[in-house]
Amino acid sequence: MSEALLDVRDLVVRYGPVTAVDGVSFSLAAGETLALNGPSGCGKSSTALAVLQLRRPAGGEVRFEGRELTSLTERELRPLRPRIQPVFQDPYGSLSPRHRIRDAIAEPLKVQGRWHPTDGPARVAGLLDRVGLDPAYGDRRPHELSGGQCQRAGIARALACEPRLLVLDEPVSSLDPSVRAGVLNLLADLQDDLGLGYLFICHDRAVVRHFADRAIEMRDGRVTSG
Amino acid sequence: MESEAQPPSEALLSVRDLRIAFDGVEAVRGLSFDVRPREVLAIVGESGAGKSLTARALLGMLPRDATTSGTISPDLSAARGRRISLVPQDALSALSPVHPVGDQLAAAVRSVARVSRAKARARAVAALERVGIPDAARGARAYPHEYSGGMRQRAVIAMATVNAPEVVVADEPTTALDGERRDQVLRLLAERREAVGAALVLVTHDMDAVRGHADRVLVLYAGRPTELGPADEVLDHPRAPYTAGLLASLPRSATPGRRLPALRGTPPAPGTPAPGCAFAPRCPIAAGPCHTTEPEPRQAAGRLVACHRWEELPHPAADLFLQERRPA
Repeated sequence: MSEALLDVRDLVVRYGPVTAVDGVSFSLAAGETLALNGPSGCGKSSTALAVLQLRRPAGGEVRFEGRELTSLTERELRPLRPRIQPVFQDPYGSLSPRHRIRDAIAEPLKVQGRWHPTDGPARVAGLLDRVGLDPAYGDRRPHELSGGQCQRAGIARALACEPRLLVLDEPVSSLDPSVRAGVLNLLADLQDDLGLGYLFICHDRAVVRHFADRAIEMRDGRVTSG
Repeated sequence: MESEAQPPSEALLSVRDLRIAFDGVEAVRGLSFDVRPREVLAIVGESGAGKSLTARALLGMLPRDATTSGTISPDLSAARGRRISLVPQDALSALSPVHPVGDQLAAAVRSVARVSRAKARARAVAALERVGIPDAARGARAYPHEYSGGMRQRAVIAMATVNAPEVVVADEPTTALDGERRDQVLRLLAERREAVGAALVLVTHDMDAVRGHADRVLVLYAGRPTELGPADEVLDHPRAPYTAGLLASLPRSATPGRRLPALRGTPPAPGTPAPGCAFAPRCPIAAGPCHTTEPEPRQAAGRLVACHRWEELPHPAADLFLQERRPA
């Protein structure tokens, strides 16, 4: 399993006395989409947060590009964080309402010290174009975009970090049907071009069947099939 | 847009040229349809299409700053709770958190019928029983927060049907639910509607909820009717390009592993009407009049279709909506 992009073993996530994820294991290769499917409360989003190390697991291993993450300190994690990026369900909730779209996309570059005033703006424009948004949208704020446009901006921000793995937590569930297909097509194109691994959390079986290479079913914090 | 030939007596509710505006911006822009006795009429559309506003107008529950014109006859809003009722999207906020569920149901009963507290209470328990609340007598004494999400949805359905109304309006009743629970709720809603003999107006953006659950479907786009007809016929052979594109873009109907057919662009924001058909900028067969004249709904293929060029739409139409892959 040394070639796996992500390898999760016996993952346990607890919130106080509640065990949300109870011994989940899976692995994911670069360029592959693995879906986590299951009803509300089954632990799929908690699994996503643990992979992102936004919720430190109570047990088990999360191995990313061969490095075990759960035992790392915050400081040790920091250089790895850009390589695992989230895209969340609520596009408006994932971007600051006060920042223009271009600033929201530039921010991760600045945080990582990879922002250069000479080529920075062009990079942001390139990212917007890459996700199918006219770079003119960079001047707008999230509430001035439709849900689908805003989700594209969120994907552009995730791409700014040059990630290898995207954790997509219900990325199209709050989108209108007529724009959902366009965003799924965009994600498929990005994966083809960049070889990204996708951990794809979704409760809609039809979307999972269409979009994912493999799927695992969860219920009550455990994997029930796949 | 209902055909003239149809006698008005057949309609339980008739909506004619309904317009709803906020600050001079029209969100519903001329909508006519009937609700027939005991039918399930699905109103589908995306956010901003005007479907929830239309539903609220039937109930007389529009926001105070809304300006409306057109007619809804008869006006049942004064008989809300008795002749027309609502199943809202968010069951938790529809129930009072500080009263037991049974008390709230009993209050609904007593709001329309002069019955004793004991009798209203008994009806409330019976209503909870009928929607499958286990140990209904005990369930009636519990508070909404003690109910699971699915049980709350059941309680709200019990509340909407306890007074045997003529029309039940369900506003996105399943949006917050996953697949399995969605079907359960829709089945229960259908069953209770059938039992009390009510018509159901089912407002949804979920095409899968329409199939198998609705008799007729009204498709809205940008505040205008696009297509109105028998649900199965519209789903199996859409005549309006918008309906066709929407259906083709559902992952269920696409070939796995291939790119999905997709509508380009996004729905127009209210108050930015271009001349012509509101769907024209996204439509693969738009031409000529589509860019200059807003199409009126007309009889076509056994239904109403608002499209200048519906006869040009191929069937199946999925290939029209396949988009070029963007270069890397």
